[in-house]
Amino acid sequence: MDLSTHDQLPPAPPAFLAWVRQNLFRTWYDSLLTIVSCVVVYLALSGAIRWVFTTADWSPITQNMTLFLVGQYPRDELWRLGIAVGLVSFFLGLSWGLWSGVMRSFALTLIGFYLFLALLPGTSLAAGIRLFLGLNAGLVVLSYWLARRWPPPSNYLLAGWIVSAIVGFFLLRGHAALPALERVEINLWGGLIVTAILAIGGILISFPFGVLLALGRRSTLPVVSAFSTAFIELIRGVPLISILFLFSLIVPLFLPANMRFDRMLRALVGMIVFSAAYTAENVRGGLQAIPSGQYEAAYAIGLRNLQITLLIVLPQALRKVIPAIVGQFISLFKDTTLASGVAVLEILSIGRSVLQGNPEYIGLQAEVFVFVAAIFWIFSYSMSVSSRRIETQLGVGQS
Amino acid sequence: MYRKALIPLSLLIALSMLLAACGGAATPADGGGEAQASGYGEIVAAIQERGTLVCGGRTDLAGFGTLDEAGNNVGFDIDVCRAVAAALLGDADAIEIVNLTAAERGPALQTGEVDLLSRNVTWTSSRDAQWGNFTTVMFYDGQGFMVPADSGIESADDLDGATVCVTSGTTTELNLADFFRQHGMEFEAVVFEDTATVYGTYEEGRCDATTSDRSQLASVRSGFADPSAHVILDITISKEPLTPAVPHGDDQWFNIVKVVLAGLINAEEFGVTQANVEDMKSGDNIEIRRLLGAEGEWGQTDLGLDADAIARAIAAVGNYGEIYDRHLGPDALNIPRGLNALWTNGGLIYGIPLR
Amino acid sequence: MDQPSNYAVSQRPVPLWRDERVLRGAAQIVSALAVLGLLAWGLTNVLRAADQRGLGLSFGFLEQSAGFPISETPIAYDPSMSFARAFWVGILNTLKVIIVGVLLATGLGTAVGLARLSTNWLLSRIALVYIEAHRNIPLLVLLFIWYRGVLTNRLPDVTNSLRWPGPTYLSQRGIYMPWPSLTETGMPFAISIVLAIVLAIVAFRWLRRVRERTGRPTYFGGVAAAILILLPALGWLLSGGQPLLWDIPILSGFNFEGGARVTPEFTALLIGLVMYTAAFIAEVVRAGIQAVDRGQLEAARAIGLDAAQVLGLVILPQAMRVIIPPLISQYLNLTKNSSLAFFIGYPDLFSVGRIMINQAGRAVPVFAMIMAAYLVMTLVTSFVLNVYNRRIQLIER
Repeated sequence: MDLSTHDQLPPAPPAFLAWVRQNLFRTWYDSLLTIVSCVVVYLALSGAIRWVFTTADWSPITQNMTLFLVGQYPRDELWRLGIAVGLVSFFLGLSWGLWSGVMRSFALTLIGFYLFLALLPGTSLAAGIRLFLGLNAGLVVLSYWLARRWPPPSNYLLAGWIVSAIVGFFLLRGHAALPALERVEINLWGGLIVTAILAIGGILISFPFGVLLALGRRSTLPVVSAFSTAFIELIRGVPLISILFLFSLIVPLFLPANMRFDRMLRALVGMIVFSAAYTAENVRGGLQAIPSGQYEAAYAIGLRNLQITLLIVLPQALRKVIPAIVGQFISLFKDTTLASGVAVLEILSIGRSVLQGNPEYIGLQAEVFVFVAAIFWIFSYSMSVSSRRIETQLGVGQS
Repeated sequence: MYRKALIPLSLLIALSMLLAACGGAATPADGGGEAQASGYGEIVAAIQERGTLVCGGRTDLAGFGTLDEAGNNVGFDIDVCRAVAAALLGDADAIEIVNLTAAERGPALQTGEVDLLSRNVTWTSSRDAQWGNFTTVMFYDGQGFMVPADSGIESADDLDGATVCVTSGTTTELNLADFFRQHGMEFEAVVFEDTATVYGTYEEGRCDATTSDRSQLASVRSGFADPSAHVILDITISKEPLTPAVPHGDDQWFNIVKVVLAGLINAEEFGVTQANVEDMKSGDNIEIRRLLGAEGEWGQTDLGLDADAIARAIAAVGNYGEIYDRHLGPDALNIPRGLNALWTNGGLIYGIPLR
Repeated sequence: MDQPSNYAVSQRPVPLWRDERVLRGAAQIVSALAVLGLLAWGLTNVLRAADQRGLGLSFGFLEQSAGFPISETPIAYDPSMSFARAFWVGILNTLKVIIVGVLLATGLGTAVGLARLSTNWLLSRIALVYIEAHRNIPLLVLLFIWYRGVLTNRLPDVTNSLRWPGPTYLSQRGIYMPWPSLTETGMPFAISIVLAIVLAIVAFRWLRRVRERTGRPTYFGGVAAAILILLPALGWLLSGGQPLLWDIPILSGFNFEGGARVTPEFTALLIGLVMYTAAFIAEVVRAGIQAVDRGQLEAARAIGLDAAQVLGLVILPQAMRVIIPPLISQYLNLTKNSSLAFFIGYPDLFSVGRIMINQAGRAVPVFAMIMAAYLVMTLVTSFVLNVYNRRIQLIER
């Protein structure tokens, strides 16, 4: 049968118009909603753009950009921070190349961060610092390529991370005995460095404690289990600010006076304890998801409990909970702002003190806080988007 | 099955042994501990061994404790600390300033974290009991109110129904409540722990008035966008003697600080300045020569100080008047001496005789 | 040496140091000793240090007069009252924020979650922007943006307040609105309102059940609406036409006198908490609805239910099972996040606790009270909501 002349369908509307009709104007109230939304979006967007580019006075940020990034760190010692940052970029690129997965999220986020700070117009950042940030972004990519080309052994990379963490901290702190590395007290560190140290240190150092607590909670020994459960529920039931307060003000009351810890270290301990309890719950979820067949098979081939835990259970459980851990890292990163309540100079504190310090900045609160929010937003959003992609790749969370 | 618990168990035991070891090192068995100086001379010995004097201060109040462009601590309270360091250690720069918030002042002193608290702290009876020993009043102040110049408030009665921004955890907060209750007036207190927020919100108009020590109000006003738009009322609702404090337990340290401060006051009384202190050592006046250690005793042997300790202090920071003028004088915050003039000029600044 | 056979190995007596029962008992004893030892060491350290440093550890100070003012209190409070009373005011303020916050956040979060799933592309994208904007910034920064950036900064001062119908005044000192109070003849009106609500709900549900069972039209919606309108009208007439006395805010002196007031601190805290938590609740709702099998949706549409009925009768009841557990944790987060009131001057339990620590000089007892208060709130909330959760979970065999 020849269909060319018979039963011809009318020509289909162009795809775009069909889409518009389907998604925006399906019914009469749908259309109304679309029109109202259009108006709202137009007003909001135009108002926001106008505010950002014309009305807002970004001078507190543009004039104090270095303060936001490094606090009161002596400006002529910043090369030490530069080396530490370079080390981090290098090893992150290597990790991305070798391990991919979560490391890819971190690497891409960090590159985005570097480029954002380097390319932000109008700030007081010296051209040298901008160039340095750009070079670091390139360094990450370069070491990624290197790791793909000549993959280093995993253990070496891990050792490299640990060494660079120690070296980095030592570089930043300095030591009285070395004239080239004069001592920079921790109370001069501020801004984004402190936020990064609190968040990264918090999540990394709390991780083994969290795993221990999770194992302890599932232990069959009633004492250990009760103690772990009590600890976890206590920490999870109170706000983070009270835990920071506990370690900043209450615990030092009971320490000898010659154990004087800098405020940032006290806040770091608080973050570690807080994060350990939440990690414990995440890991516990992963442990519960291990089917009992794994245990049975392991016993059948004669493995002992410690071996089972280390070789069979933990690797599987931890792989399952990586997305949850990443989510916890993101929220810990955001929660570092609470450290400003115990007088730690992280980026929000710097913002507030910048506002107070100069009488010309009166009335410019919104600009400063929106900038701080933007910094957190870039990091959080890119981390969560790329980790969500990994989640779907791994098939985690699907039945 | 129970063997699963061996891992957390052994780690727990290891952890507790570790903590016990650390704890043992930190808190000695004799129960006293070098930490809490419970004896005569312990803090002095600790300072001399350490080589630096740890002072509690602040970095956010112009005139009293702030940071200059180079990042150094400067201010009236900082100079007090430098004077004591010069007297005890011989070097006015051998100090370490610990930046304390208002809430941390008491605990820092109680734990002995700082040797000297010089952070415009009001001397009250309960603080004397709880925090530490208060030495010599260095600034007689009172609590006052700051209002916008165009608000039309002139006397205390005009404040009825006002909203007042105040810092939490201070005597200011309590005195404010007492004042309004005493006068039967209503008020609303907006309380923040962070001093910057208090003055920021006042400046924006959230409150009709703000209250604090009058010297602090003067300092804060100088940092406003338009200082002339604010006026400090001529009311004083409480006594605020600002006094450096030391921890309980070490009488020698307590006496040393008192004597050094008295030395600075007496120096102004005798006319000894930073410039002429060396010449005065060989001058005619017997009292001055004794003060500067050229002859006789002002108590240095019993206190364990050098004869020229006070001379060193004056050489480092000047006498009381010079310290005052440098930070609070006509070229700086311009706070009139008022009660802080020497007793010979009708004020309350009076140094004990040093002999 | 010849290898022992397996038979022989299992017959050999197990030495004491490898005997499971002995090891188990020993492990329990040792672990108990370790934990108790740890606690004892910690406690003796605390008591000894407290003794040395004169840190009060008793709760006797709670009867002393507080001396400090609190800016907003739901119950009567003045500085001459005790510390215990001040702390109680803090707790009530926290509860006020939590309850209102939970209600508003749930409502907003559900709306945004449903919008996110809407077939209207624009609406769905607007919801996405809202969710991503609020999930990725710290709550504290959001609070500061609202409090210091908007409410105290961009609103006019009291003398130039924005005036809305009511009259309701909006300024940087807060919102002042008229507040009703019952007159002496107003009792019938109040009773009629309460009665109307109760009767309307009862009538609605009963008539709806009759309709479902018998198929006869009972106009349950109309009847309920009629009750809601007519009964209060009757009460109004019985009260002589003047049941309520409106307290109007009038500018006098520094502030408005009369009327009800919502402070900018409370407003900023509420807005920040609600908008932040709503973004997370929206994601939870979305995940819950998407977790319902697509076949349910298709079957419901196949039997002719319209969109609202599909959502209300088929999807939501099943989605609740997936929504409730993460929703509970969001409520707990809101409870704990209310402590951020400390930063913006709202006198919640943490702020008042901090002031008490400074003024009473008793850090450890007050801190223990703060922690205990939060623990009680979170434990009670999660217990009550978990009871509800267990009731709606599927019982799997």
